[in-house]
Amino acid sequence: MNNKLQKQLLKRSKAAKLERLGKTVSFLALMLITVTVFAIIIFVASKGLSTFFSNHVNVIDFLTGKDWNPNVTNSKGQPEVGVLPMISGSFVVTVLSAILATPFAIGTAIFMTEISPHRGAKILQPVIELLVGIPSVVYGFIGLTVVVPAVRSIFGGSGFGILAGTFVLFVMILPTVTSMSVDALRSVPRYYREAALALGATQWQTIYKVVLRAATPGMLTAIVFGMARAFGEALAVQMVIGNAALLPHSLVSPASTLTSVLTTGIGNTVMGSLQNNALWSLALVLLVMSLIFNLVIRLIGRKGAMSK
Amino acid sequence: MLINPSSPHSDDGWLERHIVDPSLKSQQPIVLETKQLRVFYGDNEAIHEGDLKFPEHQISALIGPSGSGKSTYLRSLNRMNDGVARVTGEILYRGVDVNRPEIDVYEMRRRIGMVFQRPNPFSKSIYDNITFALKRRGITDKKVLDETVETSLRQAAIWDEVKDKLNKSALALSGGQQQRLCIARAIAVKPDILLLDEPASALDPVSTGKLEETLLKLKKDYTIIIVTHNMQQAARISDFTAFFNMGRALEFDETSQIFTSPKVQLTNNYVAGDFG
Repeated sequence: MNNKLQKQLLKRSKAAKLERLGKTVSFLALMLITVTVFAIIIFVASKGLSTFFSNHVNVIDFLTGKDWNPNVTNSKGQPEVGVLPMISGSFVVTVLSAILATPFAIGTAIFMTEISPHRGAKILQPVIELLVGIPSVVYGFIGLTVVVPAVRSIFGGSGFGILAGTFVLFVMILPTVTSMSVDALRSVPRYYREAALALGATQWQTIYKVVLRAATPGMLTAIVFGMARAFGEALAVQMVIGNAALLPHSLVSPASTLTSVLTTGIGNTVMGSLQNNALWSLALVLLVMSLIFNLVIRLIGRKGAMSK
Repeated sequence: MLINPSSPHSDDGWLERHIVDPSLKSQQPIVLETKQLRVFYGDNEAIHEGDLKFPEHQISALIGPSGSGKSTYLRSLNRMNDGVARVTGEILYRGVDVNRPEIDVYEMRRRIGMVFQRPNPFSKSIYDNITFALKRRGITDKKVLDETVETSLRQAAIWDEVKDKLNKSALALSGGQQQRLCIARAIAVKPDILLLDEPASALDPVSTGKLEETLLKLKKDYTIIIVTHNMQQAARISDFTAFFNMGRALEFDETSQIFTSPKVQLTNNYVAGDFG
């Protein structure tokens, strides 16, 4: 009798086998993703750093140089690979589009969560989801045919430039920032609103002084997410920004971003050449920047969690 | 219907409904009165005929089983059900019907304050919690704010516990302290009536005791209407008690009457602990 019991207990049951299988599968999936991420980072880093190690470009010169012309060597005998124009172009379009998008996104989110949580949200939710789903080439195409001529006729210049890029990115990041702001506002507990209303605060005072304050970490995360998206967007920006690797001196003069130079240049270079390596260095800068955005989001999240 | 057949009283002698006018039993004037109050959630009628009168500077308790509508009734009194439920009938606050659409609910809620079941201080400092409503009303004089913070915290009997940490987050306080802070926050705008929706249900017995002491002290300055699940609490602190069942106020009388010789059989069964 005891022998039989022992046998039953020692034999792996079907459930135990399944349990093991499930753990193995999820572990393998995790491993695959981890390996992929590290492989990408190592590959981009090794390629990107070879500009400095094999081609002996000075890192400081690289980051602060104002001329981007990898085919030409300058007076010091070094190739002209200054990325300051692209870095500043990227940052300017990112920051401007975020500044432009934030008030609209927060306004829409407040409307959807506080003012018209049922009907308004029902109509706006699919609109926002639709905006997220539009491919970036469509945004770029609209930018090229509508925004660029409009900028040209209103602000002068060729129309191509940072301003056109900002407008296109504004529309592109608006749904991201809005839907994340909606989540942030919805996560503010109802009793905060009740407490303020019961004290005789008006709805606007409640929104402004209580709900928005409580949702601030979530909203900041939303904005940084939008900025990360704007920073990494390539195609649509490349179609409207003019693609001149010059330090931007006005909002309507042609400029370029890290991504636009990458997409226009990567097909025209030979693997292993300096021109190619310099582009990999741009990619490395992009990667580092997106890691920094990620870090910022985590920091905001942690700070928000602590203050709760 | 929940009627206990083994009740000590005989079938005759019970009233179906027994609502007393408190002005006949106490010297205090009536500050709040509801007439033909009905509350609807969609097509669902949650409260029918909640006709009660509340005397000034007294504690009135609303008791009854879960789902009897006592909280819904309370929340209708300062229009916290706006946008949630449809409320018909009259809510007479010192003779003025505050259930009319043209009433400024923000001004009305300053006079009829509310404290909720769950302590809900803002994620701000203790000081900012108290001054929140004052600042929204444009009061910025530091001296006035400081004074109000001290007097409201003293009235809510929490001053000694928090006076050294007014700039600390209110969320660092214990549940009982948070609830008394919420009372202090509610009385900072000098309301006339204080509505409390099961304020002690999330608190331990010691904190509950302190809260009850506080309410008894506040009675001389404020009219208090409190919903409570706890019959002993109603018996300990209230002057008048209303018994709610299935959306109706069945009995309203002096607390001593309700607990010693109720006139309605259901009230008797409830206070005797037969159901609820």
